[in-house]
Amino acid sequence: MEKKLMKGNEALAEAAIRCGCKCFFGYPITPQTELSEYMAKRMNASGGVFLQAESEIAAINMVLGAASTGVRAMTSSSSPGISLKSEGISYIAGSDLPCVIINVQRGGPGLGGIQPSQADYWQATKGLGHGDFHVLVFAPSSVQEVVDMVSYAFDMADKYRMPAMLLSDGLLGQMMEPVVFPEQKSEAIEKPWAANGHKNERKHNIINSLYIEATDLENTVVERYKKYDEIKATLPDAETYMTDDAEYIITAYGATARVCKSAVNLARAEGIKAGLIRPKTLWPFPSEIIKNATENAKAILCVEMSTGQMVDDVKLAVECKKNVEFFGRTGGVIPTPAEVLAQIKKLGGIE
Amino acid sequence: MAVVFERPKSLADIRLHYCPGCTHGIIHRLVCEVIDEMGIEGDTVGVCPVGCSVFAYNYFNCDMIEAPHGRAPAVATGVKRAQPDKFVFTYQGDGDLAAIGTCETVHAATRGENIVVIFVNNTIYGMTGGQMAPTTLPGQVSTTTPFGRDPKLAGFPVRVCEMLSTLDGVALAQRVAVDSVPHIREAKKAIRKAFENQRDKKGFSIVEVLSTCPTNWGLSPVDAIKRLQDEMIPYYPLGVYADKEVKF
Amino acid sequence: MTSEILFAGFGGQGILFSGKAFAYCGLIADKEVSWLPSYGPEMRGGAANCSVCISDEPIGSPLITTPDYLVAMNIPSFDKFIGTVKPGGKAFIDSTMVDEKCERTDIDCYYVPASQLASEHNLSANVILMGKLIKETGLFTFDEIRKGLEKCIPASKAHLIDKNIEAMKIGYDYE
Repeated sequence: MEKKLMKGNEALAEAAIRCGCKCFFGYPITPQTELSEYMAKRMNASGGVFLQAESEIAAINMVLGAASTGVRAMTSSSSPGISLKSEGISYIAGSDLPCVIINVQRGGPGLGGIQPSQADYWQATKGLGHGDFHVLVFAPSSVQEVVDMVSYAFDMADKYRMPAMLLSDGLLGQMMEPVVFPEQKSEAIEKPWAANGHKNERKHNIINSLYIEATDLENTVVERYKKYDEIKATLPDAETYMTDDAEYIITAYGATARVCKSAVNLARAEGIKAGLIRPKTLWPFPSEIIKNATENAKAILCVEMSTGQMVDDVKLAVECKKNVEFFGRTGGVIPTPAEVLAQIKKLGGIE
Repeated sequence: MAVVFERPKSLADIRLHYCPGCTHGIIHRLVCEVIDEMGIEGDTVGVCPVGCSVFAYNYFNCDMIEAPHGRAPAVATGVKRAQPDKFVFTYQGDGDLAAIGTCETVHAATRGENIVVIFVNNTIYGMTGGQMAPTTLPGQVSTTTPFGRDPKLAGFPVRVCEMLSTLDGVALAQRVAVDSVPHIREAKKAIRKAFENQRDKKGFSIVEVLSTCPTNWGLSPVDAIKRLQDEMIPYYPLGVYADKEVKF
Repeated sequence: MTSEILFAGFGGQGILFSGKAFAYCGLIADKEVSWLPSYGPEMRGGAANCSVCISDEPIGSPLITTPDYLVAMNIPSFDKFIGTVKPGGKAFIDSTMVDEKCERTDIDCYYVPASQLASEHNLSANVILMGKLIKETGLFTFDEIRKGLEKCIPASKAHLIDKNIEAMKIGYDYE
């Protein structure tokens, strides 16, 4: 397959179409707008549906409707828009519907800024709406990985009947990198639960998140958490880079991990034994991988484009037995490899 | 013995939870009669609201989806776009459609979304216990307008059919009532027409049904019907507000 | 070996195009590449810049804060970025648009009246500067440049490829 240069947002849209996304509902917001624009150009021609919704709220509910009928459906936005979608995401999770949601993160809170950020980690992994539930959260770090993770996100969403989020950011969305689209394997799976007309051949299907009896709701949630346990046991994933002999290990995801990899290389060039763990799944969080890979490390540095949202999960992963320090830039400022290197040196007391 | 009256096939054979004297049951029945007569139960997906008719997914035998509060037209849009050959209807109350869901309602209408909206207007929030609705009449007492709705404080009611009739995407906007046999017959005709519009891909069709809420109005069922006739119909005149060919 | 190139100027000067063309050239030369534009309201205001990394190694941060090579096509860009060029780096300045001179002695500056040459020959100033850049850096051959241009100019505008090569040669030969 030929390598193409594509923006992360456009590559994501193309990959979604290729893996059978039938419906896309979106609303313009920087820095994800190219994704909607690409869908507008390509979706209808490829037999799917593109519709610009009147709001983020409407868009996620259109996803709810389309996903209810069994088709692959997706929406995308950036941070403030994801807040608006959180109501619908909670309903989708409570109705056990699969779908894919893209967050091309920008700085917050409020209107915040439009530059790249990772300040929605808590929202994505801990509180994407009211109630007891989780969504799968995948964190790509290159345009190629954006492409690969979209189809994986759809597959896992279908398999586990739950929403999956790709936590991208303005940097990954806007940058162009070479990308190869894999030959698509069809992942069509039966969805006997879908509300798409019973054809007088079965009892009616109901897509619903309402349980008026407390014990009914409790039982439903408990069952859902058994599914989450299975996911936590099988899906956590992370890349480890030069961790085998590392004394100082950075944890970072997404675009920040790219910066940190450069910083690790700079450190190694100076003879400092640095390494990197890059979570690819943020929920489920790769705690075991982090715990094992940091066993012999002297200290851990968590680097984020936020004021420190993943760092607590890292501390829990190592059961607070290691020194875990944090370095971050926020508001849309991207840390530089030199800044991260300085933090590694500080961590090791290296002049 | 010949059967002259029976439960529509697409209406579930279970006890509805509605209060005595509430007219939701009549409206459910009318929708189901139309679905039966058109023979479309197996090809229909209904979307129910948050409000008194929140459990409607148990009452219609077609496939059903329970939408977040006010979002039924957006959910229905998603269903219809994904499955353009299916019949899709929403069943919504006044708070759901004309307050929290106004945006979704207006935009589904102006897109000419090829769906049917059954809008039940009883001038009150029933499920939460009688608060002011967007359609609560001036002077009407509710638990959040205990001294009567004062337009200076709470603004004016929304006349949904009149408002939507100005939009190019609306094929049918008709207000009916279920207070009397002639009106019920008229209501059924309107619902039938709305579903036929969808079959013929004509665009957005809304049927507003003036309904009663004896419990929260604090009236007997008979007096509630009388209030509908004496107070609601003058403010919300029955009739066809839009019946046009949508030129896409 | 990594080359970090920052193109900066006004919107409409072909800043993003220049970056994209070089990124494609890198791709054709089998290098790792990244291209990152400025975006949002600042572009509405007219300023445009883009970062292009071309490397033998996987690219870490695609955002360039200390470029090896700077192409500056207006005064605000010159003022903002000339101080960020790595010591030993090179700057390529459209001297029609920028009447200032760089005071740094640790970088090489090349002043090309690109906009003037462009209007004389009915060509694009940004591409003229690209020509000077490949002359002074040896980053790409003309063959690679042609293939790169073929990738980012749509087939319907194929006649523009020769025009761009012509512009690049003018920059290449400018002393």
